[in-house]
Amino acid sequence: MDDDQGLTAGRRPALRRRAAALLHRRPRLRLSLLLSAPLAWLVAGYLGALAAIFVTAFWTTDVFTGEVVRQFTLANFQTLVDEPVYRTVALRSLGVAAAVTVIDAVVGVPMALYMAKVAKPRHRPYLVIAILAPLWAAYLVKAYAWRVMLAEGGLVNEALKPFGLSGPGYGLTATVIVLAYLWLPYMILPVYTGLERLPDSLLDASGDLGARPLRTLRSVVLPLAFPALVAGSIFTFSLSLGDYITVKIVGGRRQLLGNVVYDNIGAANNLPFAAAVATIPVVVMLGYLAAARRTGALREL
Amino acid sequence: MWSTRTAIAAAATLAIGLTAAACGDSGDKATGAGQGGLTVPKVPMRQSLGQGEGQVNLVAWAGYAEDGSNDPKVDWVTPFEKQTGCKVNTKVAGTSDEMVTLMRTGEYDAVSASGDASLRLIASGTVAPVNTKLVPNYADVFAGLKTKPWNSVNGVPYGIPHGRGANLLMWRTDKVKAAPDSWGAVFDGNSPYKGKVTAYDSPIYIADAALYLMSARPELGIKNPYALDQKQFDAAVGLLKTQRGLVGEYWSDYTKEVQAFKSGDSVLGTTWQVIANLAQSEKAPVEVALPKEGATGWSDTWMVGAKAKHPDCAYKWMDWIVSPKANAQVAEWFGEAPANAKACAETSDKKFCDTFHATDETYFSKVHFWTTPIAQCLDGRKDVKCVDYSKWTQAWTTIKG
Repeated sequence: MDDDQGLTAGRRPALRRRAAALLHRRPRLRLSLLLSAPLAWLVAGYLGALAAIFVTAFWTTDVFTGEVVRQFTLANFQTLVDEPVYRTVALRSLGVAAAVTVIDAVVGVPMALYMAKVAKPRHRPYLVIAILAPLWAAYLVKAYAWRVMLAEGGLVNEALKPFGLSGPGYGLTATVIVLAYLWLPYMILPVYTGLERLPDSLLDASGDLGARPLRTLRSVVLPLAFPALVAGSIFTFSLSLGDYITVKIVGGRRQLLGNVVYDNIGAANNLPFAAAVATIPVVVMLGYLAAARRTGALREL
Repeated sequence: MWSTRTAIAAAATLAIGLTAAACGDSGDKATGAGQGGLTVPKVPMRQSLGQGEGQVNLVAWAGYAEDGSNDPKVDWVTPFEKQTGCKVNTKVAGTSDEMVTLMRTGEYDAVSASGDASLRLIASGTVAPVNTKLVPNYADVFAGLKTKPWNSVNGVPYGIPHGRGANLLMWRTDKVKAAPDSWGAVFDGNSPYKGKVTAYDSPIYIADAALYLMSARPELGIKNPYALDQKQFDAAVGLLKTQRGLVGEYWSDYTKEVQAFKSGDSVLGTTWQVIANLAQSEKAPVEVALPKEGATGWSDTWMVGAKAKHPDCAYKWMDWIVSPKANAQVAEWFGEAPANAKACAETSDKKFCDTFHATDETYFSKVHFWTTPIAQCLDGRKDVKCVDYSKWTQAWTTIKG
């Protein structure tokens, strides 16, 4: 009895020591044990959901009862290809996402440049807070605020009246404006981080070599900030591509891909077809990410 | 970091998946059960009631379960909670399709389903048959509303009738010069109100176009706006595509429509009486009318979920909402004909039941109640196939463009 207890007590620390030694010798094993929980979450919760969408896209719904029929068919993708309306909607969504990205880049880069290189370092945290502040307000509140501003007799119309102009009303233009407003911080922040890392000495060197500020901007700042810009554009592009609420609120009679997905889930109760439509933005984003990877932008995220 | 190798592997997996998909059976196996041969899943009917579970989750149309938060004077939920001890949680749905989806989650106990949702709920086994003996006020419901095709199967009631009414035409009196009396006002391609017209954002709105075509193009021979053969359906869809050019926005969110009429972004379009009431209470100069062509409409039924977690409270709610006083309140607020015959004595406006033709069956023969379109024509035609609801939903996306 006593002997046995002594043995077990002696063995246990030995086992622990050996396990520790093993983990010390094999850093890869250590890493994989450490990462297995978050990775399992990523695979099951995130990639698993994507896989589920993809599989569902090949099923159909019983027309009358709305139950999902788990039987393989390509009918959903057939409809997507055959009906020109889905092509129109997909292209419209791409156009909106591209327009929002361009507007955010044009507005965001000067702001980020000012924050990173012109403003005094002690002011920078406050500027970052100012950029982040709109994110503290709820998305719906901001969208409805724009709905009221863009309404007939709203703020936008009243402000433009003295110039003989009128606001865009509800429609695609309004959608682009509101989305560009909503996602602007997601463009500014990565570009700001990218520019902050740019050494001032490079700018001085460029000046010493006789480059004017514009030339420095074009030949030094922009090429070095480009990956950060692409990183920001991933946010603005993907967020705009999937949006369906803003367009419902200020888009007038327009619909985007997100609305088609939403209508097929919420209204038509056709989950498989919604899944088929949802694969379009996924495929577009995979292409976009592959292209962005070439610029090294994924390292900026 | 996503390496090129992983990307290629992912692409290859995708390709294999697609190939496997392409090799499989690609036949469309979706089937629609007909109304005649409707097979109903066996769901047990409740035999007795207990004390109540303390709360009840409802899916309802806007204005059906008012607790005074919209208008302090309009409240029939609080007295119910006080009397029964059942706390009411209401989820407002904008369309029938949304109601079907919500009920299928199993998280709700009762729903105020319209005729275009009720049969779908019954056929999928989402709702249970209702034991009317446990609903004392059912005795006073108009005979014209009991065991109808949209609230019963083979004589077994699946719900308690709530009320009925028509989809109306609303306009801004300051912007629309002559008061319209025809649905033509929202379909006329040369309308002076281009960009300011609004329409209901649901596939069932195709029936509104079909209803207008019944009188505008009699040669199409439409008898029932929910029984359209391919030719009639194409005509209705064509009309709606013309209308798209006039539409400023489609509505399904009633607060959005109230705001749009208030600001003047919409000046003309389809509505419910309750929306007109809300807009008028917010001082928008709007007026409503039932156009000469008649209208589409609804006949709503309270149904209890098959998997309801609070069935006792659901039954108590169903009895409450058709009790004379509550039924009169909800009918007056929403602007519809009550289901309980005794409710007519309880309305604050004594002529209310006459205004809404509560007892006038000939009037309601002009209102075409929402019904789910199915392949077997609902108007009895046997020589053609009608367009079913899934085609209606797909066409609706095409109409919006």
